[in-house]
Amino acid sequence: MSKVIKNGRIVNDDWQILTVAEGEEAETLDVPAGRVIVPLATWLARREELAARGDVGVWFASHEGPEALADDIGRIAVIAVNFPKFVDGRGYSTAALLRTRYGYTGQLIAFGEVLRDQFKYLTRCGFDTLQPREGRYTDTQLDAAVASLADFTEPYQASVLHPQPLFRRVARAGVKA
Amino acid sequence: MYRYDAYDQKLVDERVAQFRDQMRRHLAGELSDDEFRPVRLQNGLYIQRHAPMFRVSIPYGHLASRQLRKLAELARTYDKGYVHFTTRQNVQFNWSPLEVIPEMCAELAKVEMHSIQTSGNCIRNFTSDPFAGVAGDELIDPRPWAEILRQWATFHPEFAYLPRKFKIAVNGAQEDRAVIQVHDIGLDLKKNEAGEIGFRILVGGGLGRTPIIGREIESFIPWQHIITYCEAILRVYNRYGRRDNSFKARIKILVSALGIDEFRWQVREEWAHVKDGPNTLTVEEVHRVADFFEDPAYEALPADDVGYHHHIAEDLAFASWVKRNVRAHKKPGYASVVLSLKKPGVPPGDITSEQLELVADWADRFSFGEARVTHEQNLVFADVKKSELHTLWQLARKAGLATPNIGLLTDIICCPGGDFCSLANAKSIPIAAAIQERFDDLDYLHDIGDIEINISGCMNACGHHHVGHIGILGVDKNGEEWYQVTIGGSQGNHAAIGKVIGPSFARAEMPDVISELIETYIEERHEDELFIDTVRRIGLDPFKTRVYADRQPHRKVANV
Ligand code: HEM
Ligand code: SF4
Repeated sequence: MSKVIKNGRIVNDDWQILTVAEGEEAETLDVPAGRVIVPLATWLARREELAARGDVGVWFASHEGPEALADDIGRIAVIAVNFPKFVDGRGYSTAALLRTRYGYTGQLIAFGEVLRDQFKYLTRCGFDTLQPREGRYTDTQLDAAVASLADFTEPYQASVLHPQPLFRRVARAGVKA
Repeated sequence: MYRYDAYDQKLVDERVAQFRDQMRRHLAGELSDDEFRPVRLQNGLYIQRHAPMFRVSIPYGHLASRQLRKLAELARTYDKGYVHFTTRQNVQFNWSPLEVIPEMCAELAKVEMHSIQTSGNCIRNFTSDPFAGVAGDELIDPRPWAEILRQWATFHPEFAYLPRKFKIAVNGAQEDRAVIQVHDIGLDLKKNEAGEIGFRILVGGGLGRTPIIGREIESFIPWQHIITYCEAILRVYNRYGRRDNSFKARIKILVSALGIDEFRWQVREEWAHVKDGPNTLTVEEVHRVADFFEDPAYEALPADDVGYHHHIAEDLAFASWVKRNVRAHKKPGYASVVLSLKKPGVPPGDITSEQLELVADWADRFSFGEARVTHEQNLVFADVKKSELHTLWQLARKAGLATPNIGLLTDIICCPGGDFCSLANAKSIPIAAAIQERFDDLDYLHDIGDIEINISGCMNACGHHHVGHIGILGVDKNGEEWYQVTIGGSQGNHAAIGKVIGPSFARAEMPDVISELIETYIEERHEDELFIDTVRRIGLDPFKTRVYADRQPHRKVANV
């Protein structure tokens, strides 16, 4: 059970993210009962079996894109994206694509090296759940991090959180104002 | 010039608060060096050789007088009383202590300035033509477009952790003065046959370790689609640019690896999805922004000013300044002026607080309260009445800002190099100084004519040495500082990467080497032929032969 920020609130999340350990194959990974999130390769190899369970999610490595799941979006319980390093920004595009192109409306988790100074950008790209490494932040720090989601009020550009850019959302003052 | 509305101001103020908190957490040990790094870089803060280096954004090089005064004040309060203008039209502080940076940000915000995305692997400051709006060869004013794109790029959530930094330049004139061919994206404003405005788009240019001239990805994208098209490029780059090796992470490497045709295909595939989406520009927004760049209230003046011509005839020093530092203006009776930040003995691009304040006063008095920064690291007054040029010149001369050397050999572009930068292989400022000292005869300089010397202290090419007519690159050879020389590079419409003339040189040899290159040119040139044209015509060999003829053979092994 790990502490996550979900829709701007700190909650305990019981999704279990399965990784492929040394000597294992993604395709034949042992998938336990319960709410689990499997690697993309596991899902792709056994999609019928896993989809039938209804409680299986999929996670993307940073180099993997959502194209591979285009036909399965409606059958996946949850999607997660790994950030192996916080400077690896591919996951932002993955999230934006899932939300804007593939119509994914379910829970979207950012996990791995997910740092509070990136929270705002992550949520703007469509992540509703932020899962820093276990023990990375104290409760007080997490509270402050949640508060910091409100640091920026009116961003310029369109994103998942603000589907319209500023110039379409509001009437902006010009020279004559 | 663009002015913030409540939304612009709020974003910048919110950034100040955010960075203050990040700095507090860093100093409290909550934010490790590694985690603080991208955060501070995206706020313009480097940790350098002697102190932090703090880079402040000057969007497309435009500065109002109150901003100049603020820079002066900050340099005096928090630094050593001077600042440095960069080749990307930004400004840097070299000595401010870490802890005061949030306070400096707060002060900057009061005059609509910030340091957002001036470093880090994100979309950087937009650069453009320093003569935008006043140049005779301008087709379309690039500034509204640069401003619109600046806003799109600022805090873009998807593109803050790109594989590498990303630089975009916009040109709207016949002659490219924004060096768009060596940017990650180069935007060239133009009109199609129907008279509609759009962009020719170049992609994958860049200097640094692997200098490459940008390639055309689109010959015309209508203006409505410029944001969505740029988004498509950025998304393809963010997803597929290399992240395994930072030397191979710029978009130029991706474009080269895929080939421009495949890259274009991928971008168009992506664009097909986002085209006509919410980021499509509206006429209203373009007008709102463009209104800020309307002509100032020019007076109706005669094209020629009698007094001005009188001064030129009477005063040789003034005449030679006019010849080099004054440019034609689209309006009769007006001219543009370049204030030289290349006074011999002063590091190129440096200016003191006192000088900044004078520049601010002159901006108010002579040029509608504005000044501009050029990528050659000089300052421009875009709109000065010819009748006031002589007065301005006298003031500027007293302040050491009227060196009549714009475009001449001593107008050297130079990075901070080993004196400041921890990445340097070698110093660059002393080389510039030694060359300026050698060529101190103004008549000789005028005789040599237009020539560009660019110096970088290492492969990162902050001094743009690849595109210098003469490029000088600091290299490290067994812990010693050596300098490699290229010739034949150029910026502008005929951008080219210079070629190495041979083994590198010790520092003390550099003035001689430059002299020998120049002497070769003088001997070989045709009438009215510029250095770069002579190089293009006769090639490297005569220059090489001359430079290496009387050097010790052992130099040859010093090749790096
Ligand atoms: C003093 C600290 C500085 C540091 C640590 C620094 C660092 C770097 C690095 C690492 C690169 C290469 C990036 C790459 O191409 O992969 C670079 C490029 C560049 N820097 Fe700096 N720089 C500094 C100062 C400056 C200054 C003062 C200027 C302007 C005079 C400048 C202008 C540029 C430009 C124009 C490039 C781009 C070359 C290109 O297009 O690839 N930098 N810098
Ligand atoms: S070219 Fe090299 S030495 Fe010069 S400023 Fe850039 S990184 Fe530093």
